[in-house]
Amino acid sequence: MKKNIKWNHYLNYIIIGALTVVFSAMSLTGTLSRLSYVLLQNISIAIILSVSLSVVVGFLGELSLGHAGFMCIGAYLGGKVSSLLLPAFGESLINVIISMAVGGILAAICGVIIGLPALRLRGDYLAIVTLAFGEIVRSIFMNSSPESFGGSFGLQTPRYDRTYLFIVGFVVVLICLAVIQNMMRSKHGRAITAIRDSEIAARATGINVTKYKLIVFTVSSFFAGVAGVLYSFTQSNVQSVNFSYNYSIEILVMVVLGGMGSINGAIISATLITFLDVQLQTILTGDLAVLQDFFYAIILIVIVIYNNAPGLKNFRDKYNFKNFTEKLFKKKNNPAHMTDDEAKWNRVPSKILVDEVLSTKIQRDPTASVKPDKEGK
Amino acid sequence: MKILELLINGLSIGGTYAMIALGYTMVYGIAKMLNFAHGDVIMVGGYTMFVMMSLMGNPILALLCATVLCVVLGVTIEKLAYKPLRGASPLAVLITAIGVSYLLQSTAQMIFGSSPKMVNLISMKPINIGALRIEGYVVVTLVASVIIMTILTLFIKYTRIGRAMVAVSEDKGAAQLMGINANAIITLTFAIGSALAAFAGFFMLVKSPSLSNTMGAMPGIKAFTAAVIGGIGSIPGAMLGGILIGVVEAFSLSVESIAPYTDAIEFLILIIILLVRPSGILGKKRREKV
Repeated sequence: MKKNIKWNHYLNYIIIGALTVVFSAMSLTGTLSRLSYVLLQNISIAIILSVSLSVVVGFLGELSLGHAGFMCIGAYLGGKVSSLLLPAFGESLINVIISMAVGGILAAICGVIIGLPALRLRGDYLAIVTLAFGEIVRSIFMNSSPESFGGSFGLQTPRYDRTYLFIVGFVVVLICLAVIQNMMRSKHGRAITAIRDSEIAARATGINVTKYKLIVFTVSSFFAGVAGVLYSFTQSNVQSVNFSYNYSIEILVMVVLGGMGSINGAIISATLITFLDVQLQTILTGDLAVLQDFFYAIILIVIVIYNNAPGLKNFRDKYNFKNFTEKLFKKKNNPAHMTDDEAKWNRVPSKILVDEVLSTKIQRDPTASVKPDKEGK
Repeated sequence: MKILELLINGLSIGGTYAMIALGYTMVYGIAKMLNFAHGDVIMVGGYTMFVMMSLMGNPILALLCATVLCVVLGVTIEKLAYKPLRGASPLAVLITAIGVSYLLQSTAQMIFGSSPKMVNLISMKPINIGALRIEGYVVVTLVASVIIMTILTLFIKYTRIGRAMVAVSEDKGAAQLMGINANAIITLTFAIGSALAAFAGFFMLVKSPSLSNTMGAMPGIKAFTAAVIGGIGSIPGAMLGGILIGVVEAFSLSVESIAPYTDAIEFLILIIILLVRPSGILGKKRREKV
């Protein structure tokens, strides 16, 4: 039994690792289409973004609307470093790793800076401060001089070979999962969820709230920065317009859709939404593209109301994904799939059972109370 | 003279922001939620005015129609999206509000397309007082916002309903025990906020007649910034914050080297004020209880 649980814990690494190996093999043999490269790159970036945001939103319970801002820092600074390193290292893996590290660390430093006000603010205030931060970052890069970061023309970044870029992306996904998942399963993760459930109670039990909030913001912004660097490699020209708060909201949709507080949910929904995004781009062109936003908005509203409305609690207990899958796979009411014990309990309505017990008690040896038991049975 | 001109311009921009910020701050004070879709109600009002102007050509009638529609929309959003979540975690409500904002924007884009529309509501000549030159719309906006804010302040201070609103925002439970219908008050607050949004949309369109589906997003965020700077939940705070942001915007836009950073400067002020005074300039500090 214990071994089973462990397998479940590592299942997501194994699946992602296996898929990466399969796709790398396909990429090396040249059977992947151009669209699949784009898809794989975008999926790896989206997974990193949504998993790193889910730490803040799902586990710490604070809303950050500045995730695109951190990504923007990573994309611009990492992309710049990468193009500066180009004469020395060329388009090599060393260049990729160095620029990802630089982009991630600089984004993490900004995460600490934004984490400092976060220690004093909660909820809506924090959301608006992170949003403000994202817009500040964007406007700084937008108005930078053309020599430094390209200004409104966008930053020219070296474009890496598609055939191995997505592999790098998925390796980063695995690292990101390893860091975040292990953090969440350790005592630190439990402290973070405790802060979400009640900050005051967490503080009272001796949890260093300040420290954990800073850790969460740093880790989350680090990976957002790394995702930004990866993004800059997929584009030959990084435009600051793409990092508006709408993009942060898109990442938020992924996290909410996957289920807040679920890393695997974030992975699945990031994959699904990116897949749909890329596939729909060819179908929904021009004015039709807005249909996608329209449905995202409706899905977001419906899911949040379904998951959180106090009035829908009974409805939620009755119709949920867990019950649905149980019905689908276990077939609880089908006697063929039940153990003998389960079948017996299911067949006998509880009322009859209670009556049976009561009646046996009454009928059991009416003279027993008259004769005291001297043997001390 | 230049400075005085800028100051008057700033006050007029600030008047518009203050009107939007009042919608945010009243809803926040009473429903304890950040109505992220508030900025997009402005946009809906703008499109209504656009349609009405092309149908009838009367700006006052267009404003009235827009106000009615915005009120209906605001109340509908409250009933459908926010009411089921009353008592749920603030995060859930906030995400729903973001969803509603997105929904309104994409719906408007589906109906009217993504290219901006032009709508000419009223055109006025600039007024010259000595060396002072003030645009007509500036005067209209300034006067109207002063009147609207005075009426609102009087309404809240001296009518039964207004005092009921204050009571609900101070303590919802106690207000209900005193026989106040809290749900009706919340609905009314959304209605007033949305009406103010329609007015703000009118003044925004008078100032710059270009209309797009994201016209409310940035002013909405800035107005929320203003509300937070002034102390959210506080009505004089929203006015103060709105005017502060407006004046900063007018001055910053007039200096060429920092004009592109106007938005960044305003947000930076927000961050600094929140660091120094987390409850805003006029906000009351609320101690969190277990």
